[in-house]
This record gives sequence, C-alpha cells and structure tokens, in this order.
Amino acid sequence: MKGKRNTADNPRADLPTPTVEARQPHRRRVVARAVESQVTVLRRKLGAGELGLLPVVLVLVAVWISFQSLNENFLSPRNLSNLSVDIVGTGLIAVGIVFVLLLGELDLSVGSISGLAAAIFAVLNVNNGVPEWLALIIAVLAGTVAGSVQGFSFARTRVPAFVVTLAGLLTWNGLMLYILGTSGTINLDENGLVAKLTSYYFTNDAAAYGLAAVGSGAVFLVSYLDNRRRKAVGMRHRSLPAIAVRTGVLAVIAFAAAYVLNQFQGLPLALLIFLVIVAGLDIVLRRTHYGRQIYAVGGGVEAARRASLSVTRVQTAVLAVSGTMAAIGGLFLASRITSVSQGSGTGVLLLNAVAAAVIGGTSLFGGRGTTWSAVLGMLVIQSIASGMAITDTPAAVQFMITGGVLFAAAVIDALSRHSQEAHGRA
Amino acid sequence: MPTPPLLALYGVCKRFGVVDVLTDVELEIRAGEVVALLGDNGAGKSTLVKVISGVAPADRGVIKWEGRTVHIRRPQDARDLGIATVYQDLALCGNLDVVGNLFLGREIRRLGFLDEVEMERRTGHLLERLTKRVPDLRAPLVSLSSGQRQTVAIARSLLGDPRLLLLDEPTATLGLEQTNEVLDLVDRLRDRGLGVLLISHNMGDVKALADRAAVLRLGRNNGFFDVNTTSQEQIISSITGAAENVPRRMAHRESGW
Repeated sequence: MKGKRNTADNPRADLPTPTVEARQPHRRRVVARAVESQVTVLRRKLGAGELGLLPVVLVLVAVWISFQSLNENFLSPRNLSNLSVDIVGTGLIAVGIVFVLLLGELDLSVGSISGLAAAIFAVLNVNNGVPEWLALIIAVLAGTVAGSVQGFSFARTRVPAFVVTLAGLLTWNGLMLYILGTSGTINLDENGLVAKLTSYYFTNDAAAYGLAAVGSGAVFLVSYLDNRRRKAVGMRHRSLPAIAVRTGVLAVIAFAAAYVLNQFQGLPLALLIFLVIVAGLDIVLRRTHYGRQIYAVGGGVEAARRASLSVTRVQTAVLAVSGTMAAIGGLFLASRITSVSQGSGTGVLLLNAVAAAVIGGTSLFGGRGTTWSAVLGMLVIQSIASGMAITDTPAAVQFMITGGVLFAAAVIDALSRHSQEAHGRA
Repeated sequence: MPTPPLLALYGVCKRFGVVDVLTDVELEIRAGEVVALLGDNGAGKSTLVKVISGVAPADRGVIKWEGRTVHIRRPQDARDLGIATVYQDLALCGNLDVVGNLFLGREIRRLGFLDEVEMERRTGHLLERLTKRVPDLRAPLVSLSSGQRQTVAIARSLLGDPRLLLLDEPTATLGLEQTNEVLDLVDRLRDRGLGVLLISHNMGDVKALADRAAVLRLGRNNGFFDVNTTSQEQIISSITGAAENVPRRMAHRESGW
C-alpha cells in the first residue's frame, strides 16, 4: 500500500479548488507538504530495508499490465470478480502461514488439515445428516485441535515445526482418506450454507460501496483519534492533510474495487469474509498484547523468554491459528467446487499458500510481516494463474513464472534483512 | 545505627554438577554506590549475577535485602525486590522497535489494545533522561548502533524503577565514545541513589566509575578494595592470583570440609 500511496498522491496535490481562490495556494502548499513528509518517511524506511508491501504491489501492477496487454479481457469486471473469489480459499490458509512464518517456522500440514476439515464436514453433513452449522463448527474445531496438537508437540519437544507438521501432513491426510472411506467423492448440497460461501453475491450496489466507505472511514477515524492523542501530549504527530492523503489513497483504491465488483455481480460474500478475517487478525497481531508476543518470539526466543513470556503458549497458539485458518480455507475451497474428494487439500495447495505469504513480503526469518501480505501474495499467484488460463498458456509456464516470483520474493526478503543489519552497524 | 546495605550476600555457594562454581562468596552493595565485580574468565562473575537475578538460585548462603533475609528463587523474585539485570547479550528483539522492546512483557493497554501513544511517550521521557542522542523510537532494534542498543537495554531494566542494577559487561562491545556515554549513564544512576553492580574486564572503566571493587578468584572472594585509594596493580594482582587475600583453596578445603 505504501508504494501506491506515494505514486497516486501527486495528482491530488494539483486538484484545483476554484471556488476559494484566495485559499488555494495555501491549501496546495499544505497538501504538497503532506505528500513531501510521506515521501521522506518512505525514503527513510526504504533506506533501512523496511520494504513492507511495496515490492508485492509493484509485482502485482506489473503482472496486471502484462496480461492486460496480452488479452484485454484480463482486467474485465468478470475476471477480476472471479479472481477475488478464487483467492479466498488458499488466501485464508496463507493467513495462517503468515502467523507461523512470524515465528520463523513453517507449517507443512495446512493442506492436509484443509482437506481433513472439508472431509469431516462432508461426511457429517451429507452422509450422516448433521445440520450444516454444526458440521461447519466441528470441521473448523477439528482444524484447531490438529494445529494445537502439533503446536504443543513442537513447543515441548523442540523438534522443528516443519518436521512435526510434515508428520502431520501424512497423518491428517491419512485420517481424511480414512474418514472418506470408499465413498471417494462427496458432493455438497448446491444450495447449502457452505456452497453459498463462494456463490453468494450482494447484488445491491450499496454493499460494495458501503464496505469501501466503512473500511476507509474506520482507517481515517483510528489514525485521526490516535493523532489527536499524540498532539495532546505534545508528541510527534502527522498533520491532518497527511492523514487525509493517506486515507484518501486507500479510499480511491477501495471505491475503484467496489465499482469494478458492482459491474459484475456485486460484492462476493467470500471476499467480504476474507477481508474481515484479514483485517481482524491484522489488528490482533499489531495492536494486542497477544500479537506483540508472536512478533517477540519470532524476533528472539531467548529475549522473549527473559521478558517472562510463555514461549510454549505462544508457539502452541500460533500453530492452532494456522490449523484453524487451514480448516476454514479448506471449507471455502470445497465450497468453490461443491464437492470433497480424496484429492482435497493435496497438490500445489500447500505450496501456493506458503508462496503467497512469502511473495506478499512476510519474512522467512521470522518477526516481520502482516496478514495483508497473504492477500496481496495470493492476488499475484492467482493473477498469474488466471492470466495464463485466459491467454491459453500451458500450466508448465505458469509454474515456472510463479517459481520465479517466489524466488525473487525470497531474495528481496534476504537482502532487506541484510540491509537492515548493515544499517545498524553503520 | 548505620543503614544496612541494599544487598548483602553471606556464604553463597553454587554448584553445577560436580563443579563448585561459587564457594562462600560475600558481597555488599549500598544504595548510591557502584561496586565493580572483577575476576578472570571462569572466576564465577556471571554465575554470581545469575544467583542475584534468580536465573540460577544459590544452593546455600544468606541473601539480605536492606538487612532482611530474602529468598531469590526465580527471576520474578528478584524483580519484585527491585533488582534489574542487563545481560551481556542484551536479550532484545531485533525486529521490534525501541518502544516495543522497552515494554515487552509489560505492555500498557487501553480498552484491551496496546496503548502505543502512552508507551511511546514514557519511552521518550525515559530515554531523554538517559542519553543525549535519543534514537528513533519507531526504528526496529537491528537498525540501531550497538551503543544505542545498550542504552535501550539499560532503559528497559530501569522501567520498573529498580533499586539495584546488575550490569554484565556493559561496555565490552562498544567503541570509545559509546563507552563514555554508558559510563556517564551509570554515573547518573548512582547519583539518583541506585546501587549498581558492574561486571567489567576493563580496569579503565572500573577506575573511572566504581567506588569499591570485589574480586573473585576461582569462585571465592579474593579481596575487597576501595577503588580510589588502591593502585591498579594491586587490584590486578589479586585478579590474576599473584596476591592471595584468602586462604589457598587447597588449604581451605583440607581444614573446612
């Protein structure tokens, strides 16, 4: 977001305000100064290796421009709307992966857990007639339990998480096959709750615009109130125009997205749920005591322990979160194809989820990243997949390009970490 | 009646397996006094710090806090008494910013969420008192210089208003200018009435800062010196063992054990 904010600011600085001519130069100067201060902050952060979401935004823009030039249907409302639903299942799993990566660990079991949760739901609901809501809750809780078990074993035995979850990958996949038994593929109720998760659209235009308005309004309100408190106690704070410019850019993007979605079928329920979960978990990570503990353990286990944090509890909880998110993601994936089969949760799902988190800018070394990186990283991966499908490129090329982007993201991560450390030595 | 020392240790012993790391160690620290703890590598300095900070509790011996016998069994006990420790490896999180590190594990909350504004305000006030060059409070710790990190580590230990500060080699990794800044800082803390136990290999630091020096050798006391009246050579010879100020270890063992 940082990058977009910056590039899109400048045209706004020249917005004419013809009615109040006397105030125009003054106002323009204020806005220009606000933009300038943003640029200074951005430059300092870039110099110190804090790239944040900038690289992934640039990659996304590049991918979109390339495919749009190859096929003009790529940026059509229909394709973008489908894209926004396609990212949700794997994206939710990637959000869980972000939590695990923040500890500097890896969870390889998320694919299997997502398949297991979908299988549990299908068997309970379709084969045994358990009500959908109850089956849904049990399926999600199964993911939580599977994650907690892995987390507790990892935290207590100090076996690296990727080994514990590799064992989990096999175990949960086996359990899924056992539960499915001989039935093979189970079709879900086309009109059921889970099917609706990805097939329901808020056709009323007000829904998408309302979400955009509420979202940018909330961001503005939070930064405005925060700023007012800083000003009251005489601390460094931003000027009002600076806040307005920041939220303004966010609002422009949000309303543009809402406009595009309304050109097709309106706001997809799946996207709404995805954004609410991501925003909620972002607040948990960055604004609560619990989230701070995760960052601390990822930044230094020993330091966290000496600060009397319970490292075991944090590690268990993080893998529980990733198990839960995997289960929720698995239900969305099942909803998209309204069936569960023996192949659910296998294949490139796990790899895509991990790649999304890393491409989005979450560090492999732990301690750096936000849940939004899962959204942006998943957008990149799904855009490449969708662009390839539209342009009739073979899947082989798609894998190679996604692989290249992932490699680039990992290199950027390593370099920015290195540059941060070099910054400290100077 | 004179006021009792802030912290007093009598006959402290600590074993790791079959090795006696500390044997009958005594130490007194008064408020407003910097005591240097000296000794060769392996003399038991860091172990003594761990005993006082509760990381590795003493096996035997008496610990008195302001004349009252206390038991320090966990780091929490030491913290409750008002003992703060700055470890040699600092134990800070490189990815968190200065504010985050200072308040790690004791964040201020407001309506259930972290109160960043209040934490940043207090951090700013605290660091302004400690150093002339306050680092960017929102910069991640890895991007600070080692001197700034040392300042953050000390500031972190001061957050709970401790009465006694244990500093394990605070200047070992620092350049000349940064060392001076840390020494100035310790000087100001003494003026504010804190007791300071300073572990150092650097006799220059000790001469500049400490009021008294306690020397450990092979896990035993090997003399207490008034730094201002004792020559550097005298102290060094007691560190290296050229001057034995207590009965020899072997002789002592034969008679006592």
